[in-house]
Amino acid sequence: MIGLTHYLVLSAVLFSIAVAGIFINRKNVILLLMCIELLLLAVNFNFVAFSRFLDDPAGQVFVFFILTVAAAESAIGLAILVVLFRTRRSINVQELDVLRG
Amino acid sequence: MSNELVQFLSVVAPEAIVGTGICVVLLAGLFAGDRARDATYLLSMVTLVAAAWVTGSAAPNGSLTGGAFVVDSLSVVLKMFAYAAVAAVLVYARAYLVGRRMDRSEFHLLVLFALLGIMVMVSAGSFLVMYLGLETLSLALYAMVAVERDAPMGAEAAIKYFVLGAIASGCLLYGISLIYGATGALNFTDVAAALQTTTGARPLAAAVGIGFLVVGIAFKFGAVPFHTWLPDVYQGAPACTTLFVATVPKIAAFSLALRMLGDGLDVLASDWRFLLGAVAIVSVVVGNLIAIAQTSIRRMLAYSTVGHVGFILLGFASGGAEGINAALFYTLVYIVMTMAAFGLVILLSPAGQEADAFDDLRGLNQRSPWFAFLMLLVMVSMIGVPPLAGFWAKWWVLSALLDAGQLSLAIVAVLFSVVGAFYYLRVIWLMYFEPPAMTGARMAPELDLRLLLSVNALLVLGLGVFPGNLLRLCARALGAVSG
Repeated sequence: MIGLTHYLVLSAVLFSIAVAGIFINRKNVILLLMCIELLLLAVNFNFVAFSRFLDDPAGQVFVFFILTVAAAESAIGLAILVVLFRTRRSINVQELDVLRG
Repeated sequence: MSNELVQFLSVVAPEAIVGTGICVVLLAGLFAGDRARDATYLLSMVTLVAAAWVTGSAAPNGSLTGGAFVVDSLSVVLKMFAYAAVAAVLVYARAYLVGRRMDRSEFHLLVLFALLGIMVMVSAGSFLVMYLGLETLSLALYAMVAVERDAPMGAEAAIKYFVLGAIASGCLLYGISLIYGATGALNFTDVAAALQTTTGARPLAAAVGIGFLVVGIAFKFGAVPFHTWLPDVYQGAPACTTLFVATVPKIAAFSLALRMLGDGLDVLASDWRFLLGAVAIVSVVVGNLIAIAQTSIRRMLAYSTVGHVGFILLGFASGGAEGINAALFYTLVYIVMTMAAFGLVILLSPAGQEADAFDDLRGLNQRSPWFAFLMLLVMVSMIGVPPLAGFWAKWWVLSALLDAGQLSLAIVAVLFSVVGAFYYLRVIWLMYFEPPAMTGARMAPELDLRLLLSVNALLVLGLGVFPGNLLRLCARALGAVSG
């Protein structure tokens, strides 16, 4: 029997993979954008699981908003990526080293 | 139905006006083109004035959809302050944008979008509305950093800010989802009510959720260890964007922290106070130490921001109404001070280049004694010397800490404020006791810019001599929501 805990564990694993992917990846900015999507989808998983478990539709409504915002976020991210590629001719993460936090 | 519509519009009228203003500016920028360069600037100003008028004339109480969106005295005060700050940013940015041929509609449009996000966050009564406002603000900020399209540094700063900001949003959302799971509610009042009665594993889930929320809040404020975007954005973005990013979004960050933690999760206050206190004191220490090593005025101000943010969060961490009042006062004073500091950076940036290194400040007193004096006021206020506004801001945070019995936090904060005095004093030294490095740089900016900078910097002095009014305003604003 699959219970709430299984969903939460799966969501936590997806979240961790996404965060690890962002910090381990040293190659390509597009992979970062993919990891960010995975991050948001992990959260969606959580919301849907809780929504089903609590029998409360508000969580699923939240998911729709997150999906919409994620689309807008990807659009902005890709737009910045295009600007970056135009000025640098590269989207390699390791070459983003002019500014150092 | 029409009755409901009227009621709906009466609550969201300021947001509706800013939204309409955004559409008008968008169309004007599209069709007016180069013929009407000032059109979008003027339209943005008209939008701000109209929104301020509506916000001021509406009754400061109202809510929509069961409290998901609220209008109270705090939201009115914060919105009014945001309008004034955005108007000041637009005036500061105007000459800068014209000098760099960026005076098209994009910057004004993005500033208005960000303002809309801030207004939604300030009025948010539920996690969903807070998240939507936060993303409206953040997406506008990411684009704003890259608004100068052929500047490689701007694009790099934008992509770094974007990636880190997305992680922070993800963490915030993960925390929200855990709190939703623990309480079954999204409205802050419902969450607070549900937490009173929860038992078993649920408070634990909510406590873990709070950890993620604090990560998100610390990032939006720019507190250590989530501060790495600050110096990059301050240095890489055009000066007008830096001016905006450094100031107005702090209003939203304050609302984010107060409404989510203070209103929604007050039952678990001991958890988040500890976490915020830890983040805050590390910020004060690290911010002030790293700022000493900077050779760029913008990066120095970035780390000085980290230190100031630490003080704001200390106000939250001290707990009680007095601490939150001090945090609000500090936030507003910080915005006024930083606005003046970056206004001067804009003023020192002649067309085509950026004021960045300390050399640009060298011998400012010989080039312009008045502006050097204004910068002196701002720097001394940032150190926290009476009778300037920065002193009272620090004083009330510290007294709130002492009242809460957190003597050790207060001592560390004072110690590192004194350490921080070093780099502010270096700026003053450069301005007054070093010969000018640049020759031939003209210092004759437009009248409105000079006037605004003078008013802005003298406001730092005025608020320092008469701090009572602003403090009473903060107390009155918070009276309705004291968690």
